[in-house]
Amino acid sequence: MTPNKIGKQTLQFSSAPVITSWASVVGPMEGKGPLGEKYDLVLRDTLAGEKSWEKAEQKMMQYSIELAMEKHDLLPKDLDFYLAGDLLNQITCANFTARFLNIPFLGLYGACSTLAEGLCMAGVFLEGGFAEKMGFSASSHHDTAERQYRTPVELGDQRPMTAQWTVTGSASLIVEKKGNGIKLTHATIGKIIDLGISNAQDLGSAMAPAAFDTIKTHFEDLGRSENDYDLIVTGDLGLLGHGILKELLKEKGISPDKFNDCGIMVYSPEQDTHCGGSGCGCSGVVLTAHLIERLLSGYYHRLLFIGTGALLNSLTSNQGETIPCIAHAVVLESRGE
Amino acid sequence: MIAQNVLLNEQEMIKWQNKLQKEHQKVLFWEAQAKGEERKRLAGLRQEIERQQQRIAKPQQLDYQSTAIKLVPPQTVIKNLIMAFLVGGSICLIGQIFYNLFTQGGLGIKDASAATASLLVFLGALFTGLGYYDVLGKVAGAGSIVPITGFANSIVSSALEFKSEGYISGVGARLFNVAGPILVYGTMVSILVGLVYYFAR
Repeated sequence: MTPNKIGKQTLQFSSAPVITSWASVVGPMEGKGPLGEKYDLVLRDTLAGEKSWEKAEQKMMQYSIELAMEKHDLLPKDLDFYLAGDLLNQITCANFTARFLNIPFLGLYGACSTLAEGLCMAGVFLEGGFAEKMGFSASSHHDTAERQYRTPVELGDQRPMTAQWTVTGSASLIVEKKGNGIKLTHATIGKIIDLGISNAQDLGSAMAPAAFDTIKTHFEDLGRSENDYDLIVTGDLGLLGHGILKELLKEKGISPDKFNDCGIMVYSPEQDTHCGGSGCGCSGVVLTAHLIERLLSGYYHRLLFIGTGALLNSLTSNQGETIPCIAHAVVLESRGE
Repeated sequence: MIAQNVLLNEQEMIKWQNKLQKEHQKVLFWEAQAKGEERKRLAGLRQEIERQQQRIAKPQQLDYQSTAIKLVPPQTVIKNLIMAFLVGGSICLIGQIFYNLFTQGGLGIKDASAATASLLVFLGALFTGLGYYDVLGKVAGAGSIVPITGFANSIVSSALEFKSEGYISGVGARLFNVAGPILVYGTMVSILVGLVYYFAR
């Protein structure tokens, strides 16, 4: 018997774990974006005083979890478990941050869906009574991602119009069994969807069907519709992916008015990123800096957050493989109903 | 079993997928137990099922791709062409000015060419290091890639990128990460052209 599973893919957290604390750390470019003033810390440059971008990304993740703990007056030893993930090979950023925290740790990888994956996992841990307090981080860094997935940063090449800009940013959340904050009520774990897009510079088109599948299944499982939510926000589909998702939704008769995308919200059009932002940090910093505040203030009451991830690496895209994508959804509710 | 290029609806799709999956597992299991000729025959059967699995997914993929492609923002080809012409031309003009100055200063034709190329490579490297060349490249495209300054950019950007991995396994090993293919195929093509010239003369 699985009393907490509804339908095919949806988990119900009846005890409603609470996100009690959160923090975001971003790079200078994100700091100049439309949400610039809302981030907890904006780095002066992408190196953050370190010798390499990888070290800078690790520091960024560490700062974000430290800030999240400090806001709620916690120390690492108060957390039962720490979950983290990033985009680097072997998620080194997360591993090195966990080395600093010195608490039980599980590394996660879901590409840019890592944040939603982490919230699902935290929900399962708390609902199952395995933990009281959990820490969770996700990060991405433009320069480390560029060198790993594409070309050297200083190379003077032209990015295609479908390309997205990896966000330099890290977000951390503290999820607790009880407390004041944002309630986590449901999670829908996605399937891998691959509709044959192989262009690594066009991840929006690759990820849109995965997001669509998860949204559709979520609605079917819970018997809900878009009208039950104040906002349905995807992780990093970007302008193109968001446009495609809207088309797919219209075909199914779902009104796309309440949909938005973190990749579009994170940069302003003048920043000329072509299709918007991407990366684990993208959905992370928008959620922690902007969406959670809106939920707290009562502007939104219930929000569906869908993390979308393209599960490729430079090797598979060089070998001409198509891009398998995944999307996980979580339902966040403000306290007052 | 099933005709090519037929777009199935969702239920049919899942039905076929499950059916093929079941067959695939069964045949694989038989194959694992079989020996000799029988094993070969079963391997062939398994591969046929794998082809079927790909075939039923294909129409759905093509259908999606045709929807997606309509929304892809168009490349700004005309603008790119004009910018490439202007920037590429300006870089060549600068080279020509240096060349003229060198020849007026008393260098021979060969020496002046070499000195001009070296100077342009130096400038390309300098502006890459200062962080301006990628900004130029974003606007100019091929205009800043094709001249020799672009070659300098491809090498210096790799060097900067991999410096954090040390001088041996970082800079040394990956210096030609971007320029490598250009060197390999550039050399090959030059040999081919040389041969053609030699025999056609």
